[in-house]
Amino acid sequence: MYRTRFSDHLVLIVGALFLCTPVVVAFMTSTHTAADIHMNGLSLTWGGNFIDTYEKVLTQKGGFTGEITGTSMVINSLILGVGFAVGKIVLSMLAAYAIVYFRFPMATLSFWVIFTTLLLPLEVRIMPSYQVMSELGLLNSYTGLIVPLLASATGTFYFRQFFKSVPEELLEAARIDGAGPFKFFIDILVPISRTMIAAIFIIMFVYGWNQYLWPMLMTTDERFFTLMRGIKSILQVWIGSQIPDYNEAFALAVLAMLPPVAIVVIFQSWFIKGLTESDK
Amino acid sequence: MAAIDISSVGKIYNGGVRAVSDINLDIKDGEFIVLVGPSGCGKSTLLRMVAGLEAISEGTVKIGDRVVNEVEPADRDIAMVFQNYALYPHMSVRQNLEYGLKNRRTPKAEIDARVNEAARMLEITQYLDRKPRALSGGQRQRVAMGRAIVRKPAAFLFDEPLSNLDAKLRVSMRGEIKRLQRRLGTTSIYVTHDQLEAMTLADRLVVLNGGQIEQVGSPLDVYHTPASTFVAGFIGSPAMNLVKAELQGDKLAIGPSLISLDGYAPTSGAVTVGLRAEDLRVVSANEGMPFIVEYVEELGSQRLAHGLVGDQAVTIALSGEAEITDTMWIAIDPSRLHFFDAGTGKRLEARATVTATAPVPEPVG
Repeated sequence: MYRTRFSDHLVLIVGALFLCTPVVVAFMTSTHTAADIHMNGLSLTWGGNFIDTYEKVLTQKGGFTGEITGTSMVINSLILGVGFAVGKIVLSMLAAYAIVYFRFPMATLSFWVIFTTLLLPLEVRIMPSYQVMSELGLLNSYTGLIVPLLASATGTFYFRQFFKSVPEELLEAARIDGAGPFKFFIDILVPISRTMIAAIFIIMFVYGWNQYLWPMLMTTDERFFTLMRGIKSILQVWIGSQIPDYNEAFALAVLAMLPPVAIVVIFQSWFIKGLTESDK
Repeated sequence: MAAIDISSVGKIYNGGVRAVSDINLDIKDGEFIVLVGPSGCGKSTLLRMVAGLEAISEGTVKIGDRVVNEVEPADRDIAMVFQNYALYPHMSVRQNLEYGLKNRRTPKAEIDARVNEAARMLEITQYLDRKPRALSGGQRQRVAMGRAIVRKPAAFLFDEPLSNLDAKLRVSMRGEIKRLQRRLGTTSIYVTHDQLEAMTLADRLVVLNGGQIEQVGSPLDVYHTPASTFVAGFIGSPAMNLVKAELQGDKLAIGPSLISLDGYAPTSGAVTVGLRAEDLRVVSANEGMPFIVEYVEELGSQRLAHGLVGDQAVTIALSGEAEITDTMWIAIDPSRLHFFDAGTGKRLEARATVTATAPVPEPVG
């Protein structure tokens, strides 16, 4: 049997430090005052300004309209993240279900057409998408923020591969048990895909949460500001000799990190269970 | 419960591949039919056409008085047991059993009664709240059978249900399936490639080869009067010895040896002769045929000696204590010989006997 040696731990410790230190530095720095940070730079020690900074970030109304708070930005980001994740999962599951289980003409072709769109990054189609949304009058709305990005080649691909690995007999047993296409999908396919759904949810939530370019184009109304845009706007206020609120930017960055981390932690056990249990 | 009538059924896949052709089979109410054949012989395709999982390309399938060609599997009043059990992994055993009934909107009390009865019958009551993955292979197969039983269908369809189990469990489950079928009296069609399973379970055997029926009959009929060399080689263990021989009047020449037939010769000229390993007996030197032993298989109760008669491979079955020497002399009672046409492989009836006790169907081909 392989015995764990000290050097193994050393590698892991170095790796952990490498990944965690910036986060710790960001968090510790956010507890200092802006002036402190401006003078002394980043900090690894506790600054004692934790409650003040975070309270201010979460509740103080800011922006040009003086309407948005950190909390409303967090909520916007959550709506975007969850909306993306749920919408993409629903859409790509249905698409994959159609491709795998219904022998419509050119099913394989349409799959590959969807698949090749993976090669096109969002940025390529961002202008046409913007124009469509603008003509539909959906700028500055959650619908406009979420819907155009819902079609997901990645999700469709993953679900297609998963559905293909589901034994044919399960479908046949369900057919004999009197389950039609809709019932089979809801009663059998969705429950056995739950680990896959968890995995895609993590990926898509983080993707939506981190969107920057698309919300910036789609929304001009500050009510729709997400955290990502909030961080940027804090650092933009170079007015005269005013020191940018570094502490608030760091605090927002730390806040922005929490939900994705929480999602990963919550779904992790499911995710690993899905990888190690081989029952289908 | 119902009779099943399969007439002129064939299956042609897209691209013109013919998997099954011209199958005619009358299955009586309550009968246990086993479809047996090597892989690729079309037995599963035939079963799946009865189940409604494959479209029927030609012919008709009737369950009871109803032609079911265009009927959905769920409405054919059949239940199927699959080789890999096909249990719903995310449902408990109870939910697995209930699912089909719930979809039929059976009243809750009725569902509970049926599930409990089936569980008791199959001795899975204590597992009802477990997930399938917490069960052993044998237990899963019982659940799969339970799922079929609770439906109280007109027919059970089994698609190699025991192939994933280990040898010992297979034997005991075989017994259980037979007992259960007897008790419920439900018409059953059972597909297997295992001739032993087929022999022990069937009321009637259907031997399939290349998408066509080779022979239909009771297990003993098929064993004693195989309709072709294919059936002869497939049914029985060890497989029947098939050797090339020539009929010379009332004598049979196998290699250099001549056997007197006492009037059993059905024809003349080249034939294929079938000799069951257990019908061959050892005789004293220079009587019968010389047999050169190559190797011996020990089965405990039997010793199987594999060797050559002339230049053709032959196996003989001897009792556990029998002595085996390098060269032995073997003989067979002429009435125990099976004759087959050397070209077509079809059975030739020996003249002196009228053995056909069951209707041997018109050979298809």
